Amino acid sequence: MQLSHAAVGGTEDSGDVLVEVAPGQGTLELEINSKVLSQYGSSIKKTVLETLTRLNVTDAKVIVKDKGAVDQTIRARLVTAIFRAADMKENLPWGDL
Amino acid sequence: MSSKNRLRRTMMFLSTQRAGSIRDAYIYAPDSIIFDLEDAVAVSEKDSARVALYHVLKYVDYKGIERLVRINGADTPFWKEDIRASVAAGCDGIRIPKCETPHDVEIVEEQVINAEKEFNRPIGSTLLQVAIETPLGVRNAYELSMASERIFGISIGAGDFMRSMHARRRDDGAELYAARAQLVLAARAAGVQCYDTVHTKVKDYEGLERDTQLIYDMGFDGKSVIHPSQIPIIHKVFTPTAQEIEKAQKIISKLSNEAKEGVGVFMVGEDMIDVAMLEGAKRIMALAEAAGAYKGE
Amino acid sequence: MKNKVGREIPDEFLKEGKQVFQGAFAFDKNVYHKVASKTVGVSDPNHTKVLPDLKAAIMACGLKDGMTVSFHHHFRDGDYVVCMVMQAIAELGIKDIMVCATSLGTAHDALVPLMESGVITGISSSGLRGKVGKAISDGKLKNVAYIRSHGGRAAAIASGAVHIDVAFLGAPTSDDYGNARGQGGISDCGVLSYGEVDARYADRVVIVTDTLVPFPNVPASISCSDVDYVVVVDKIGDSEKIANHTMRMTENPRELILAENAALIMKHTPYFKDGFSFQTGGGGPSLAVTRFLRPMLEEAGIKIGFTVGGCTKPMIDLLKEGFIGAIMDSQDFDFASVESVHKTPGHFEITTSEYADPFNKGAYVNRLDYVMLGALDIDIDFNVNVITGVDGVVRGAPGGHVDAAAGSKCTVVMAPLVRKGRLSSVRDRVLTVTTPGETVDIFVTEVGYAVNPRRQDLIEALKNCPLKRYTIEGLRDEAYALAGKPEDTKFEDKVVALVEYRDGTIIDVVRKPAKYVLA
Repeated sequence: MQLSHAAVGGTEDSGDVLVEVAPGQGTLELEINSKVLSQYGSSIKKTVLETLTRLNVTDAKVIVKDKGAVDQTIRARLVTAIFRAADMKENLPWGDL
Repeated sequence: MSSKNRLRRTMMFLSTQRAGSIRDAYIYAPDSIIFDLEDAVAVSEKDSARVALYHVLKYVDYKGIERLVRINGADTPFWKEDIRASVAAGCDGIRIPKCETPHDVEIVEEQVINAEKEFNRPIGSTLLQVAIETPLGVRNAYELSMASERIFGISIGAGDFMRSMHARRRDDGAELYAARAQLVLAARAAGVQCYDTVHTKVKDYEGLERDTQLIYDMGFDGKSVIHPSQIPIIHKVFTPTAQEIEKAQKIISKLSNEAKEGVGVFMVGEDMIDVAMLEGAKRIMALAEAAGAYKGE
Repeated sequence: MKNKVGREIPDEFLKEGKQVFQGAFAFDKNVYHKVASKTVGVSDPNHTKVLPDLKAAIMACGLKDGMTVSFHHHFRDGDYVVCMVMQAIAELGIKDIMVCATSLGTAHDALVPLMESGVITGISSSGLRGKVGKAISDGKLKNVAYIRSHGGRAAAIASGAVHIDVAFLGAPTSDDYGNARGQGGISDCGVLSYGEVDARYADRVVIVTDTLVPFPNVPASISCSDVDYVVVVDKIGDSEKIANHTMRMTENPRELILAENAALIMKHTPYFKDGFSFQTGGGGPSLAVTRFLRPMLEEAGIKIGFTVGGCTKPMIDLLKEGFIGAIMDSQDFDFASVESVHKTPGHFEITTSEYADPFNKGAYVNRLDYVMLGALDIDIDFNVNVITGVDGVVRGAPGGHVDAAAGSKCTVVMAPLVRKGRLSSVRDRVLTVTTPGETVDIFVTEVGYAVNPRRQDLIEALKNCPLKRYTIEGLRDEAYALAGKPEDTKFEDKVVALVEYRDGTIIDVVRKPAKYVLA
């Protein structure tokens, strides 16, 4: 999946995560900031990479500003940002998420 | 999959945008949760709410609480995608806003069938709830209730209703007499459930209890909720009295005994009882059980 | 050496009689000599105790490098006394001081530069919140810090494990001879329970007040016979932060469910009968339990015999309405309590020693039926941590938690299963053991509860409780299912704080957190 422009998903509320995605420089660049980095740093990274793979995104810059979001919230916010960045509004591949 | 006539004393609206709250909203123990993609979500965030909804339905265990989705109206560009996401994620049912004629139900059902096929959900597994918000909708309540086999209940959403009626708010609920009466009549005639509108003044617990008592006595099956603190109050009202429970137990046991003896009509206290009363007695016991489970008494 | 809760205590700290934790009651019937202070006796009736300022008092007390000073925290986040005194000590060029506080918090951020410059080289405290806690975790204190419970501190002072050279005790009112009370001034705190043991055992005692009143200021919480000097300052604290105007009674639906669950648990245990005793903490959910008590008491037709510990308005209300026989008060959290002590019939002040000292002849905590406590987290052995955050930084306080848990017949710890920011309150192993699992009976969350397997009697009694019972592992699994299993926090070798159990043994150590590296 190709990203056309930068986009954002989520918020900085407690329990949520703000995800910023943008077209990459040819690879995946990942930056993770989290209030619970020492507890869930690896888990957040794994979730983000898994989701990117699932949506076939290989060329993107992703910045995560986490305020203690659980796994499914991180996925949801990342997916939102990706579809926004790809200008996909309807007929989304729900079955693949 | 959810049964059409399960207990729905409380149906709590929840916004999927509030990440911190949705992950374990089951602790508030409503009978149903309605994930709101409509009024709770700004136009610019409809896509985000939908994705959040999908993930909540798919990945969060709600411990048996029914999960419904209020989709956007057919007059918006969002409703079809709302249905796709909801069905794909396995929701228990869809609440259709602003229903006025059976056509409003039919077009939704069509999309639901398509989505069930597309995403390999068992056909018929997505129930429907009709939300009535206008005078025309109220007039057509019976036809709306009969518009699909999937419909488990109809509700009155008072929102703009009072204004369109030219009515004024009153403590005894006069502004909603017409709608409530028509609704419960239609629901009973059609054999579906009916639910009352939300009580928007959250801190007005006395008013909530008063309104809830009114609709409970009128025969309503439940009420919509916008804040967890409203749930215990509504459940308390929907708790049968000790006498009602005792009578219901007697009816059930006597009916099964007498039926064995071949007797069709008999007395319980001063009342004449026949098999037509069995369903009512069972309903009382279901409410009693749920109340017991909730209150712990 | 490994201790009884399985924590490794480095041998370097096991000297001068310090031992590892051997069990909550390993030192029951411990025989020891109480120490006595070096006292300057005054018989000259013309002697004046009032000195012009803190520096004069510090010098008059002969404070030197390496000595120990002490403070109480009845002024909570509104305290000015600790910082004023330490600043004066610093300006006099005195250094290498050990601060023996009852608790340090956000009011004491200004101590950090003094730690960095070597004015303060040792700290003993229950609470180490805010920047002080962070600084200790960063290793900025020269000597290892001591974290003690309220009862443990009293025992340490009485047995001589800690020797106080000068106690600086803030008092809302004092007369010119040092009779000090927690009422009658412009920044009342109600009681002076924490300061009493300092007054009895410190070599020198200085009362710091902002309101000098006529002699005799009685009944005094601290007697003039134990006081060397009196200093009057402009303000001892910020009255708004000393006593909350009204303690926020939570409206949060989640906290209310938690509180109601805790109350339900109480109701279904055998101790819930007429005359029972109980203690709650000052935290939101724990305080909210009181709200659910009244209907339960009414329904059962019983009364609470007495409450112990921290005091709040809901308890005062219950006292006035006849639902509580007596309040044995060791700290006041709000205006209503500050006003009420000594005035409302049945509302009494007790000292910290009377409240929780494990080495006296029997403290009030031993008479408790119930204690409702909060926690940062709990592990599958029911050990509780109230000291370190998940990042390993010191930020909490044992307070009377440890003491009440040991003494109470039914210790109930309550916490939300997963806090909003993805913080699970139950895990395989807590980072820091504060309260050992053998003294913790029940853990309650919004979703259900778990009973310590040691208490088969409670499991039996709770059979009629409608809440869902889990094993503690089951609750951990629920928490992990919701929030995911957390990684282990990594630490460096350096020990920054020792956690003493109330009997003076070392129950755990706190190390400096290592910088997290994302793999």
